[in-house]
Amino acid sequence: MNRLLSRSVPMLCSAVPGLPAPCTTLTEDEKMLQSSVREFALQHVQPRVLKMDEAAKMDPVVIQEAFKAGLMGIETPADLQGSGMSFFGSILAIEQLARVDGATSVMIDVQNTLVNNIFFRYANAAQKAKYLPRLAQDTIGCFCLTEPSSGSDAFALKTRAEKKGDSYVLNGSKIFITNGGEANIFLVMATVDPSKGYKGITCFVVDSREQKGVSVGRLEHKLGIRASSTAELNFDNVVVPAENVISEVGKGYKIAIEILNEGRIGIASQMVGIAQGAMDATMPYLFQRKQFNTAIGDFQGMQFQYAQAAMEIHAARLMVYNAARKKDNGEAFVEDAAMAKLFASQVAERTASKCIEWMGGVGFTKEYHVERFYRDAKIGAIYEGTSNIQLHTLAKFVKDRYAQK
Amino acid sequence: MSLMYRPTAAQQMKVVVGVKRVVDYSVKIRVKDNKVQTDNVKMSVNPFCEIALEEAVRLKEKKIATEVIAVTVGVKKADDVLRTAMALGCDKAIHIVVPDAEAATLEPLAVAKVLAKLHEELKPDLWILGKQAVDGDFGSTPQLLAGLIDAPQGTFASEIAVADGKVKVTREIDAGRQVVELNLPAVVAADLRLNQPRFPNLQSIMKARKKPVDTRAIDKLGVDTKPHLATVKVEEPAARKAGIKVKTVEELFDKLRNEAKVL
Repeated sequence: MNRLLSRSVPMLCSAVPGLPAPCTTLTEDEKMLQSSVREFALQHVQPRVLKMDEAAKMDPVVIQEAFKAGLMGIETPADLQGSGMSFFGSILAIEQLARVDGATSVMIDVQNTLVNNIFFRYANAAQKAKYLPRLAQDTIGCFCLTEPSSGSDAFALKTRAEKKGDSYVLNGSKIFITNGGEANIFLVMATVDPSKGYKGITCFVVDSREQKGVSVGRLEHKLGIRASSTAELNFDNVVVPAENVISEVGKGYKIAIEILNEGRIGIASQMVGIAQGAMDATMPYLFQRKQFNTAIGDFQGMQFQYAQAAMEIHAARLMVYNAARKKDNGEAFVEDAAMAKLFASQVAERTASKCIEWMGGVGFTKEYHVERFYRDAKIGAIYEGTSNIQLHTLAKFVKDRYAQK
Repeated sequence: MSLMYRPTAAQQMKVVVGVKRVVDYSVKIRVKDNKVQTDNVKMSVNPFCEIALEEAVRLKEKKIATEVIAVTVGVKKADDVLRTAMALGCDKAIHIVVPDAEAATLEPLAVAKVLAKLHEELKPDLWILGKQAVDGDFGSTPQLLAGLIDAPQGTFASEIAVADGKVKVTREIDAGRQVVELNLPAVVAADLRLNQPRFPNLQSIMKARKKPVDTRAIDKLGVDTKPHLATVKVEEPAARKAGIKVKTVEELFDKLRNEAKVL
């Protein structure tokens, strides 16, 4: 993990020299990124968000503008046409986007924290040079792990990669693949040898413009993040050259596990953004709406509730920021990431749910946006590791600290 | 004072943009002790300066300007607006640092004198400033600068077109629009409808870090920045009274004459 050393990362300075800065401290570049992405979201996404949710389709203009704004290659180095920022930068971008639209946020999250990240960490120089610039400039990617019979039990996957001379032939189907409807680059987990169990799983990069046989099956009709394409993908005798193996044969398990640990922080950030977006859509209304000659936001019952919500969002955000900083610092972060995602997804659901109630009847209507945040929040407890999986992971960490060896 | 000016070739056009760091336009302003509270308040680039920056960057993209320099006269923390300026596309920046105490009383004439001093050094072909800053709302720095450097001015600009050593400025005036043609070097003051500023894309935020910022103390310039105005009082505007509906023109006339006393 030496990208950190090869690029100068600005120091987070606290006001008092020698004292570590608070976790909410951002560098100047990060502040600029944050306000830049916020502007992007308000200008390009906000006007289209209701229509995209209704049609369950990402507007191509949003995708185009995201590429132009440098949002699809946030950590990719400048010499590979990227924006050259840190993982924390991606986290900030994902949060600001989710404040406006969870679907746009996840599209950018997957591209950066899963797809680009796999290339940064495991690809060789030739693969990085070939794919990263396209992913940064004009090509959407997706991470293909889940199958109809393997979700949490991911490594029971069945997609087969048969070695034939200098190539592998891929056959199988994936489901629930985010970005599947728009992607041209696919990172596919397939097994070269089912008898080897997880040790046979290998990560292949497939470019549907170079390799034939990839097709998009059905797109799911979903409760939430509807504008994000969630696709069934079919791989039908896709011939992939051996040079398209990422890292080594049999390393797919390790790649997937490790990348999902990192992607988890991205999802946690999306959830914080959704919770914040719900609050932003609701709070001003509470001081405009009067009943019994009082702004409804001034009733104590309401006050106690929104104070609680603000506190929980703040706590979730701190967990996300700290997990991201630990990752950028090269420190162990798996436990932090699991906690952040688990908690943030719960906060997003609770907050959005309460926001609808606070708004009353209008909260139940589409035009006021809050109901969309409620629907979008639900996926947080499910994808990139269900909440039960997070609890399972966390229990192991806790036990390790206490159980006698 | 007239400066000898030789028009530079079109290939060498240098544009300088004045940028001011102000309280963000969306902040709810509070007044205490005859002062606007600025502690822990969000600061940003003045919206009209953003428009000025955008216009300069567009000139560069159209290959009319070859160099865009951002200048700010402000406190030490104001270097953040220069970073933003460079992230938007300026090539380099100059920060004239003013001590915090002095910054509160810095007047447009002082700023104009500082910019005029820089004009001698930089010899730009075009100055683009925002028409006014949203904190002071003096709206006079561009005009003062033009006067000091004896250059023509195009204020309240809603459109500019540079060609053949001249700039055509469409000005928004009370009667509509007026077009003036100015010889370069000239000073343009950007108005609201000049353009819609971009937000920096992420690649340029990173590139901006490598661009140079020339930092200098204001007292090293040899410019007289002594304030001439004393602030007597600062107060929030009176709360607006609700309007009333009138039934006839006669009633309207009566109220305008006898109550509002504007006729």
